[in-house]
Order: sequence, then structure tokens, then C-alpha cells
Amino acid sequence: MRPTDTSNPDYFHRVVDCQWACPAHTPVPEYIRMIGQGRYADAYMVNWVSNVFPGILGRTCDRPCEPACRRGRVEENNGQKAEPVAICRLKRVAADMKGDVKARMPTIVPFNGKRVACVGAGPASLTVARDLAPLGYEVTVFDGEAKAGGFIRSQIPRFRLPESVIDEETGYIFDLGVKFRHGERVDSMRELLTRHYDAVFVGCGAPRGRNLDIPGRQEAAENIHIGIDWLASVSFGHITEIAPRVIVLGGGNTAMDCCRSARRLGGSDVKVIVRSGFDEMKASPWEKEDAQHEGIPILNFHVPLRFEHESGKLTGMSFDVVKAEYDKNGKRTLVSTGQPEVFVACDVVLIAVGQENAFPWIEVETGIAFDHWGLPVLNEHSFQSTRPEVFFGGDSAFGPKNIITAVAHGHGAAISIDRFLNKQDVNQRPAPHVTISSQKMGIHEWSYDNAISDDHRFKVPWAKAETALANIRVEVELGFDAATAFKEANRCLNCDVQTVFTRETCIECDACVDICPVDSITFTTNGDEGDLRKRLKAPTLNLAQSLYVSAELKTGKIMVKDEDVCLHCGLCAERCPTGAWDMRKFLLITSQAGNARLGGKVKEPA
Amino acid sequence: MTYLTKPHLHHPTLTRNKVGYTRRDYEGKISTLCAGCGHDSISAAIIQACWELDIEPHRVAKMSGIGCSSKTPDYFLGASHGFNTVHGRMPSVLTGANLANRDLLYLGISGDGDSASIGLGQFANAMRRGVRMAYIVENNGVYGLTKGQFSATADRGSKSKKGVINKESAVDLVGIALQLGATYVGRSFSGDKEQLVPLIKGALGHGGAAFIDVISPCVTFNNHSGSTKSYDYVREHNEAVNRIDFMVTHSEITTSYAPGEVTDVPQHDGSMLRLRKLHADYDPTDRLAAMNYMNERHSFGEVLTGLLYVDSHASDLHSALNTSRIPLNALGVKELTPGSAVLEKINAGLR
Ligand SMILES: Cc1cc2nc3c(=O)[nH]c(=O)nc-3n(C[C@H](O)[C@H](O)[C@H](O)COP(=O)(O)OP(=O)(O)OC[C@H]3O[C@@H](n4cnc5c(N)ncnc54)[C@H](O)[C@@H]3O)c2cc1C
Ligand SMILES: Cc1ncc(C[n+]2csc(CCOP(=O)(O)OP(=O)(O)O)c2C)c(N)n1
Ligand code: SF4
Ligand code: SF4
Ligand code: SF4
Ligand SMILES: [Mg+2]
Repeated sequence: MRPTDTSNPDYFHRVVDCQWACPAHTPVPEYIRMIGQGRYADAYMVNWVSNVFPGILGRTCDRPCEPACRRGRVEENNGQKAEPVAICRLKRVAADMKGDVKARMPTIVPFNGKRVACVGAGPASLTVARDLAPLGYEVTVFDGEAKAGGFIRSQIPRFRLPESVIDEETGYIFDLGVKFRHGERVDSMRELLTRHYDAVFVGCGAPRGRNLDIPGRQEAAENIHIGIDWLASVSFGHITEIAPRVIVLGGGNTAMDCCRSARRLGGSDVKVIVRSGFDEMKASPWEKEDAQHEGIPILNFHVPLRFEHESGKLTGMSFDVVKAEYDKNGKRTLVSTGQPEVFVACDVVLIAVGQENAFPWIEVETGIAFDHWGLPVLNEHSFQSTRPEVFFGGDSAFGPKNIITAVAHGHGAAISIDRFLNKQDVNQRPAPHVTISSQKMGIHEWSYDNAISDDHRFKVPWAKAETALANIRVEVELGFDAATAFKEANRCLNCDVQTVFTRETCIECDACVDICPVDSITFTTNGDEGDLRKRLKAPTLNLAQSLYVSAELKTGKIMVKDEDVCLHCGLCAERCPTGAWDMRKFLLITSQAGNARLGGKVKEPA
Repeated sequence: MTYLTKPHLHHPTLTRNKVGYTRRDYEGKISTLCAGCGHDSISAAIIQACWELDIEPHRVAKMSGIGCSSKTPDYFLGASHGFNTVHGRMPSVLTGANLANRDLLYLGISGDGDSASIGLGQFANAMRRGVRMAYIVENNGVYGLTKGQFSATADRGSKSKKGVINKESAVDLVGIALQLGATYVGRSFSGDKEQLVPLIKGALGHGGAAFIDVISPCVTFNNHSGSTKSYDYVREHNEAVNRIDFMVTHSEITTSYAPGEVTDVPQHDGSMLRLRKLHADYDPTDRLAAMNYMNERHSFGEVLTGLLYVDSHASDLHSALNTSRIPLNALGVKELTPGSAVLEKINAGLR
């Protein structure tokens, strides 16, 4: 292999599993350390810069960072008890304990002469607004609803996310001088384009719930609801109760929110019924757990056949029981088991079988093209549509995803809009800001806490079931207290503190090899990657993590480090007699509109 | 040194040996030696060897004298018996322990100062008596612990860190061991685990006095250009006469070699050392020839390493003295105090 090029920002970034996995590339270990030091406001601001909604995301994020977290690969009995750091819930700690951060927010700057319209006040649009307003753009956000937040406000139930948190974090954006035209739905893109906006961002989400058109649907319509519409009505207080026996169809996160909401509004016999197997359900594992924890059974492998009714009054549903069969390519089909139909009695059905995009308000003659799935034709990096001054992001861009993806799109689109309005090429994407700095303070002292905690993941305490189920506005999770947050923060391995190897000073004494608790380091003769991976001190399990390879050393061998399960404990650097290993903090902040940096390289300190 | 305890987390694939332990279970406390000290690599090799041999840690007694090298038993085999004795006196304490309990595996750890300076007599007599043990000298040519004075193994003409030339001739521990009847003699280098680990395994399985001289650079006091015990010097002058390829019972040997390329040496525990020759004319079972060869090569400035001599019919002190088969701590009151009649008989025999 050729010596590793660590000046490419991606190299060390990939080692920081959580940050790499986060769509907005939040510098996770950086803020976790701050939480450990009690610097909650600092931790909040690190988050706020990257993901705009730390308090909201600290409760609701889909947390792609957690399955990626290295801790989940290295704990005892790996794979069985191993658990990632509670990254998401630590974010909430920062938000809950930060105190007043208003003074840390950007200030309003003079108008730069350019106007931007955002359609929809969901997280994607609000991110665009947050990034552009401090640069002097006049940003106007339109939404048909009375309050900002998009699905965050209308869909996510209050027992997971109190409204005060939404008010606070959307408020910081409007404090930047962003104009909010609430209650104003945009009904015509053609007309919007005639107003004097220099660019338009479409962040209207994927607002249409998929229907289930099977026999009985029309006749029993009165007691059958589309999940996301029903949740919105619950959020806005139009619906405050439900009949006792409820079936929720679907296996995604919407289904989980529907069933748990129904439990709180009078549903005493609530069931989730899903076509697929339990394990293939789209809902996150923790959401399924939470639902089951509240006494909601999940019936899997049941394909809906009919809504049953007595002269228009819903009585229940019939299902075919299926099993999964896989063909040679691993493609799954659900085939009937031939068992008799199953009838499940109920009073109400909530259909939560997916969402669709809908753009009835964007006219063909605007020149904005859509593909055959009804999604806008976009450049996937710049979010630019076929009409140059119109950009898309969030669920409206590539179909329903989640909040953090919407935020990441918002940042990307804001960069594009800023470049576009400055007559720069939107296809040229800026590189991240990266710094790398030694953490060495004394002979064996580092400016990060390199001791490895043996603690297992701490559980977030819950409100008592009786109180939580009695009122839909009672938040279920109580959040970590400061002492538990400290311990949970200590579980983080500081994967951003990189092991940096200097070939010139290595004397090949093997001290690092001997001390490494996870057998990461090998000195051996060079070969191609596949060959090297077979000759390391410990087997390589994870091809997604790189091998760090030096140029040839004095004896003709090379140093190879498998980055996969390195604990970043710094012992290799402590045991190295010549300082050939050093622990250096790699801080990567993605470029945002106004501070974009092109063609960046990681600079090693001299 | 490092202040942290070594993290308990380990590689996910770490496997257990036949007696149910991972390699990490054979570790001890975290080392307090200087970063980069060769001694730490030897500890790692001992850990690896014991794990590979499926040794139950409580069946091992590790003994040492005084010195950086003699501190190392604290850094491996944390669950074994240990005795950090007096400077140069490890061999006699170990001999006593061995006489009392022949069922344990004895690992003697010493330094060149500990064994060639103050403890030379002890070393020589342990070899002479054939005490069954794996005697490892971690040889750095200096008294590391007392700040780097030349030890008795420092080569004549080599330079101290301060630039002083050593005018005295060196004690050749390997030569003495051979001369006095050690039945397993090897030399190795702390920076070559591929050679060292099998050598240690062979020594632990050997039926008599096994001695390994391991050149182990002292990074702090003796790893400079005038030293003959530095990483660079040893790498440049190292000449391996052979390699132990593996140690197995006879029936497991499957790899085939051309005739004359290998020597199979049976060990007392029924296992087999397979030696792959690197110097065609070197025969490690011929003591005299081995001594001559070594002296000759030494005069060319070569540091010969490998298994230098092995006698597969080795016997030990217990058979020479015809001692009790059963460890003393397992004998009953009846055997240990056989009564005045027996005493009378013994006394009569001495008159
Ligand atoms: C039940 C449910 C629960 C969810 N839970 C989570 C969760 O826990 N975590 C998570 O990360 N994600 C969750 N999601 C997904 C997440 O809410 C969305 O991915 C995210 O909100 C998308 O953001 P967005 O900015 O693209 O649009 P949205 O949040 O959908 O906002 C779009 C806004 O645009 C407005 N709008 C639409 N058309 C127009 C128009 N023509 N003119 C003016 N305004 C318009 C809408 O009124 C809406 O307010 C959930 C989704 C659902 C349905
Ligand atoms: C009886 C006695 N004399 C002298 C000393 C001082 N002393 C301690 S260690 C040592 C030399 C150790 O050298 P070596 O065995 O080579 O060990 P190293 O530190 O080099 O590994 C000496 C002379 C002592 N501890 N006890
Ligand atoms: S251990 Fe910490 S830095 Fe490493 S992946 Fe997990 S949260 Fe991120
Ligand atoms: S920091 Fe160094 S010693 Fe610690 S796990 Fe990583 S490679 Fe091993
Ligand atoms: S002084 Fe020398 S022998 Fe002692 S620990 Fe340091 S490097 Fe090793
Ligand atoms: Mg010494």
C-alpha cells in the first residue's frame, strides 16, 4: 500500500465514526468532552452551529451516529452487550442545562440587497434562513400553518418533544431578522417567482400520507384516518380522544407515534399490525421498544385484506398471515402461509404506511422538472433544480427522511444560494475547515481524558407510566442529570484525538504494539491492502475503517494501524520512546454559507 | 511510564485458549519501565508464549532479582506466583522453591547485572545443578535501574552514553551456561518476537535447566551509536542460526521439509521442537561444536541467535537427588514426620 495521505480531510474524518455518520457532520466528541467538563453552553453552541436544533434533535434525532459509534464495536462481549455512547441524549443535556445563550447568537447585519424566499417552515427552510440571514440576506419564510417547525411541530407528539423547545429553537432563527409569513400557503410557484426574490428555496416536505385502498375503505371511512393527518390534528388539539380499540397499520416511525398517541387519548387496546417481519420494520429499534414498553403489541407478517364493517360502521379488519421467502439474490417476497384469515376487532384504524411528495402548486411552465417518481430533478450536491434560482431540500428534495438530513440539505442549499447570488459556480463545493493539534501537555499528560471508562450505557430515566400515559403533553423521557451525563460523556472514546505516526523518528522497538489494548498496530512488510489485512496482529473485521500505513522504515517493514477499534487511549504515544506517535485533535467543521473554504487540506503542525 | 491502567476493552476477536483464557488474561500490571525499553517486549513475548502453551497461570512461579529487568514479573502473569528476591539471588530462591514443589513451572527473570555481576555465582550453580527452569536474562549491557553503569556483559571497547570506553572483557553468559551443563541454551533479541516466543515456549517445556540470553536495549542509557546492545547494532549484527518453527506432538507435524533442512528435537513432555536450519553447518545438539562455532562467529562480530544448544535427554536436579515425587506441601504429617524410629535409622546410616 502507499503511505496514507492524512492531509486529505476525509481520512481522519472517517475515523470519527459518529461525525462521519452524522449528515450534518456535527463534531460529536468535541461537544461530548465539553459536557463532561460542565461546559453546557459551549456544547450547545457547537451543536447549534452544525445542526441548528440541538434541543429538538437531542430528543428526536434518528441518530445515525449511534449505530456507527465505535464504542458499540469494542465493549465487552462485543455485539451482545456492546452499546454506543448515548450521543443523542447527551445533546439534550447540553440543551437542557445551557442557561441563556442569546448573547452567543449571531447579530443582525445590514441588508445585502438580496432577497430569498423559503417555502415551508420546516427544519430545511429554517436552516437555510439561519445560514443566510447573518450574511445580510433578507429571508422570508412562508408556511400555511400558524407556527414554525414543519413536521417537527405538527407530527412529532408532545410526549416526545415539548412545544416550548420548538418555540425556543425556531425563535433563535427569527431573532436573526428572518421574516415569517405564517398562515400563508404558497399556491403558485409561478406567482411566487414574479415577486422580487433573487432565489427560492423549497422546503415543503412530503406532506401526503399514503392511503390503503382495499375493500371497505370507502364504506367505513368515518373511522379510518391517515396517520400523519391524525397526528397533526392531535398536535393542534383538534382531536383529543379516541375510541378504545385501535389498529395502527404500518411499521415506521409514524406508526409508533400513532400508537403511542392513541394510548394516551383513551385507546386501551392499541395494536400495531405490520406486513413485514418485526426485524424489518422501518421504525428505529428504540421506538419499537418504547411502544412495547407502553403495552402495545406488534403483530407482524399480517397483510391487510379488508376493512370489515356493519353498514358503514367499522368493526375490525381481516388479514392474511404471510411468511418471508428469499430468492437467490436475497430479495424478499411475502407469501401466504395458507392459514385461515385473521380477524382483529377494532373501533378505529390509523393508516401509517408511508408518505408521498406532492407539488400541486408548482406549475409545469416554471421550468422546474420532476422525475417519474414525482420528485424534483436536482443536482444532488448543489440542490439546484432545473430552474437555476430554485433550490430544494429536506423531505421535498429526495423523499421523506428525517430532521438532521433536512438540516444538512439546508446548509448545502444555503451555500449554493450564496454562491449563486454571488455569481459563483454552485457545483464547486467548499471543503471543510480542519485543524489538527497535538494534545501533549507533559510526558504523560494529555489535554483530553484518555482513561477508558468501563461503564455500560446509562439509561435515560422515564416519567412514571401512569403519569405519562394519562396526558399526551407529559414528556416521557426525563433526560440525564448532570452526574449521569458526566459518566455517560466519559464513555466516549475521543475518536477525534487521532494517533499520528511520524516515520522518521520510529526506532521499531515494538513498544506501541505491545501496549495497544486492542492490537491495532502491526509492523510488517508491505503488500496490497487485501494481503496486509490478512497479516495484521488482529483480524480486521470492518472494511469501512481504513488501514493507516507508513512509508518503509529502517528495517524494511512498514507500520500498519487498523483504525477500526482503536480506543484513542494514547498508550501507544505514551509508550513510544521517541514521540513517533502523537495524539492530535482533529477538528472538522463543515463549511457553511459565507465561510466556505475551497480545496482545504489538513495541515500538520510543524 | 504510564499512569493509566491499561483499558480492559480488548479486540473483539480475542480468542480463548484451551484453558479458557485470552492473551490479555496473562498480562500483569501496567509497566513502569521507560517507554521503549526492550524488557517490555520480552514481557509481551512471555505473555504470548504462556497463552499459546495453554498454561494455567496458577501453575507458574515467576522469580526475579533486582533491576529493571527483575521488576518485569509484575507486568506479566498477574495471576501467577511471584517472588521478587534479593539482587543476584533469584537462582537460589528459585532452587529452593523448585525443591519444595516440583509441580510448578519455574520462570527465572534476571538482568545482566543481576546474573553476570553480583549474581554470577548463583547463575553458574543453577546451571550446573540442572535446576528445571526457564532462566531468562534481559541483557542490556548496563545497570539500567541504577542509571546506566556498564554491567559485566558490556563488550570490551563499547562506549557508554557519556562516551567512556569499557576496558574490561565481557562475561559470556551463553558460553558459561553451555560449559556448565545447561541443557537448553538460546539467544535472542527483544525486537524479534517471531524468534523469541517459540524459544520461550521451548524453554518452558524443557526438562532441565533452560537458559535464554535476550539482548534487550536500554533505550535510556544504552541505545546510542557506541553501544553493542542498541536496536540498530543488534539488528545489523544479528545472525540467526536456526528458527524454531513450531512445537507440537509428533503426530501433528504436517509441514514437510527437504532432508537436512530441519532437526526435530523431542522434549521431555512429549512435544517436539522443529528447528529449521539457517546455517547449514550448525548442529545444536553437539555441545562442543556449538561452542566452537559461536566463538568463531563472535570473533567476526556476529551476534548469533536462535536455539544454540539442546539436549533432549535432559534430566534435572530432582532426579539427581532422588527427591520426593510429591510436592512437600501435598505430603501428610505421617510422611513429613515419620517418627523417631526412622530418625534413628538415618542417624545410624551416618555414623
Ligand atoms: C409522525 C412523524 C414522526 C416523525 N418523527 C421524527 C423524529 O422523531 N425524528 C426525525 O428526525 N424525523 C422525524 N420525522 C421526519 C421529519 O419530521 C421530517 O423528515 C422533517 O420534518 C422534514 O423537514 P422539511 O424541512 O423537509 O419539511 P417539513 O418538516 O415537512 O416541513 C414542511 C413545511 O412546509 C409547509 N408547506 C408545505 N407546502 C407548502 C406550501 N405550498 N406553502 C407554504 N408552506 C408549505 C408545511 O406546512 C410544513 O410546515 C417524523 C415524521 C413523521 C411523519
Ligand atoms: C545487594 C545490592 N547491591 C546493589 C544494588 C543496586 N542495584 C540495583 S539494580 C542494580 C543493577 C541491575 O542491573 P541489571 O540486572 O542489568 O538490570 P537492568 O536494570 O539493567 O535491567 C544494582 C547494582 C542492590 N539493589 N542490591
Ligand atoms: S466513542 Fe465518542 S467519538 Fe467515538 S464514535 Fe462514539 S461518540 Fe463518537
Ligand atoms: S490509541 Fe494507540 S494504544 Fe490506544 S488503542 Fe489506539 S492504537 Fe492502541
Ligand atoms: S533504564 Fe533502561 S532498562 Fe531500565 S526501564 Fe529504562 S530503558 Fe529499561
Ligand atoms: Mg542490565
